[in-house]
Amino acid sequence: MRPVTEAELAEAVAGARGPLLVRGGGTRTLGHAVGEVLETSGLTGVELYEPGALTLVVQAGTPVAEVDRVLAAERQRLAFEVPDLRGLLGREGVSTIGGVVAANASGPRRVQVGACRDACLGVRFVDGSGTVVKNGGRVMKNVTGYDLVKLLAGSRGVLGVLSEVSFKVQALPEAEATLVVEGLADEAGLSALRVALGSPFDVSGAARHSGRSLIRVEGMAGSVTYRLGQLTARLGGDVTTVEGDASAALWRELRDVVPLQGKPGDIWRIATLPTAAAEIVARLEGEAVWDWGGGLVWLRLDPGRGAEVAAAVAGRGHATLVKGQGGSVFPPEAVEVAALAAGIKAKFDPRGIFNPGMMG
Amino acid sequence: MQMPDPDQGVLARKARIVARLRAALPTDAVIDAPEELRVYECDALTAYRCPPLAALLPRTTEEVSAALRICWEEGVPVVPRGSGTSLAGGAMPTADSVILGVARMNAVLETDYENRFIRVQSGRTNLSVSGAVEAEGFFYAPDPSSQLACAIAGNIAMNSGGAHCLKYGVTTNNLLGVTLVRMDGTIVTLGGPWGEPAGLDLLGVVCGSEGQLGVVTEAWLRILPKPEGARPVLVGFDSNEVAGACVSDIIKAGILPVAIEFMDRPCIRATEAFAKAGYPDCEALLIIEVEGSEAEIAEQLARIKQIALAHDPVEFREAADEDQAKRIWLGRKSAFGAMGQINDYMCLDGTIPVSSLPHVLKRIGEMSRDFGLDVGNVFHAGDGNMHPLILFNANKPGDLEKCEAFGAEILKLCVEVGGCLTGEHGVGIEKRDLMSVQFAPQDMEAQMRVKDVFDPKWLLNPAKVFPLATSAARRAG
Repeated sequence: MRPVTEAELAEAVAGARGPLLVRGGGTRTLGHAVGEVLETSGLTGVELYEPGALTLVVQAGTPVAEVDRVLAAERQRLAFEVPDLRGLLGREGVSTIGGVVAANASGPRRVQVGACRDACLGVRFVDGSGTVVKNGGRVMKNVTGYDLVKLLAGSRGVLGVLSEVSFKVQALPEAEATLVVEGLADEAGLSALRVALGSPFDVSGAARHSGRSLIRVEGMAGSVTYRLGQLTARLGGDVTTVEGDASAALWRELRDVVPLQGKPGDIWRIATLPTAAAEIVARLEGEAVWDWGGGLVWLRLDPGRGAEVAAAVAGRGHATLVKGQGGSVFPPEAVEVAALAAGIKAKFDPRGIFNPGMMG
Repeated sequence: MQMPDPDQGVLARKARIVARLRAALPTDAVIDAPEELRVYECDALTAYRCPPLAALLPRTTEEVSAALRICWEEGVPVVPRGSGTSLAGGAMPTADSVILGVARMNAVLETDYENRFIRVQSGRTNLSVSGAVEAEGFFYAPDPSSQLACAIAGNIAMNSGGAHCLKYGVTTNNLLGVTLVRMDGTIVTLGGPWGEPAGLDLLGVVCGSEGQLGVVTEAWLRILPKPEGARPVLVGFDSNEVAGACVSDIIKAGILPVAIEFMDRPCIRATEAFAKAGYPDCEALLIIEVEGSEAEIAEQLARIKQIALAHDPVEFREAADEDQAKRIWLGRKSAFGAMGQINDYMCLDGTIPVSSLPHVLKRIGEMSRDFGLDVGNVFHAGDGNMHPLILFNANKPGDLEKCEAFGAEILKLCVEVGGCLTGEHGVGIEKRDLMSVQFAPQDMEAQMRVKDVFDPKWLLNPAKVFPLATSAARRAG
């Protein structure tokens, strides 16, 4: 099914006779859900865009590329840097903005501006009984009622089908540059990222792969130059500076996890403490791409090492198998948390028709 | 303000309930003497008062759990309380309720500068969180104006903001995880210092749920390195429209000040009479603060000056030193006190799209004449969070009611132009009955379902957030 209006979407859900596989473009879907495909890609268009208020309201099926184009025309962007995971996951298709929100998909700039969910100001969605619900709004500060926006962000369609999302957007910076630090082992290379993130120099990216640590600053030209100088003075190793488009290319590569694309094995996505990141990777001996100063690890391992991964991250984060021979697997949750999550799912989707088996 | 009738059964069982609580908690943690309960009969919304059945001041998560379990078994409503600074009546008790205060839970449990977080007990005050990490050059970003007194527990309950959230976000954007005790005593950990949920973002809905889903006893908070410096400028305009256009142009230009504060003429005059900050007598005034090194501040201010001068301001005032910077902030920081010198006031908190600013200010001016009550506007212009201060005389019969009616009209206007009832204070009891202006029944139903899951008996923080009629069936059990 591919409704083209919110009313049609609500009708499709209300009339569903069995499980629905809810998706935007299917470019970042995880899990084992099966069901009749319900695509949101027919719900497209910008509802409202006020550059002077940094506000964008857009229908959920709008392609990310279209959102980027509309914002770029006013020299603005989505601050959280949407990852394009098609290469990594081996997918085709057109990524939609609703799918991005449903996955809370957030790129390198998360260390500075927060995740996708932090940029979401409001949502409209269709719940499991086919009722249209709105929450939040289009203003930046809003504590009116419970924050279902955060709950829906990252819920992967199991609570409702997003029909519209409002975002806080960001002006494009005048300049950007990246410090590339070479010649450091992983532990020291990751420590350099933490030094940068602990400095007052407003770092907007801190990552490491292929033996190089990358530290990005963005802003007004004079300020970028100043901060590059200050950071260089604080870092060890062999530091070079990459500016402008070349810098942007480095972060696109990182954002989309290019170094791990097209290679054999399982791909794990590990959220952890930056100080634990080097040790976890050393213990599992995989190929790693570290983002968020080490707080996010993309790790390529041989298949069948799930138990070792779980043991390595226990008590200091969690790991999701995003690509593997048996599909993908979300991390388990503590019993009391899983009970709450199950209760919420049952309330929002009483028939259990949205993406059954997707999360946990 | 209508509150539900107290449960007579609970009132009749008071002695037994208190005895059970005393048996489970340290002696000094249970308060039931009427004279000692007076402190808890209201929060910072002082127009309404009601002493609770008892007040509890536990010291640990386990004590909170034991107390909640007893209240759950006895069917006693519980009102969680941080420091009691809510302007919305978020900690207002009912006669059959027990106040659960976290004021004694104020320890720092862990600081981790490399991973940039602090873990605290939730009764710790907002400012003392920054205080705990200041020596290492860090701070906790959300800065509600009550930050000297308000507790992290209340900040999380209300998703508190502050003057600097234009750059740093509000509580939810700086909260990594919590220890939450559910009404039945179950202890749950949501989130964690890594800041990424494993499944559904339950932490995201707990933040801002006004203490209705559970009692937060501990929290992991993000800490940030302090900027090298900060400096404000003051810009005066002879029209609200032009001041609004200037704000919009600054934001569009890609400059991200940490704060853009706005004051209108009634507010400027009141603060001048009170604080003598030397503000120009003009229609609208902006205070814009930027951060960074000396050179970075100069670069940003030069750009802001260029934009502001294009709007022909009546004054553009820069601060040459720390003393002058303080004088620029002096009037703004005295605004509430200055209005309070003139009369009693009610502080509203609606948020509007920045583009609606001139229209909304014009309408508020017209309503002020219609209601015969003066109003001053001071607010966070960068994010559209307004704080109209309506002056009234609490001793004049009918004035409070007139003021509330005026306030309700302003909030309806905020919703009408695409905004919301409350930007950072919360709904509490104050705006509870206006929720249906912003939300359709099915929107509130979806929110109430979350409470059904966390607190099936609807015992936590009763009669807040949702209109009484809307929640009646659930509260009846």
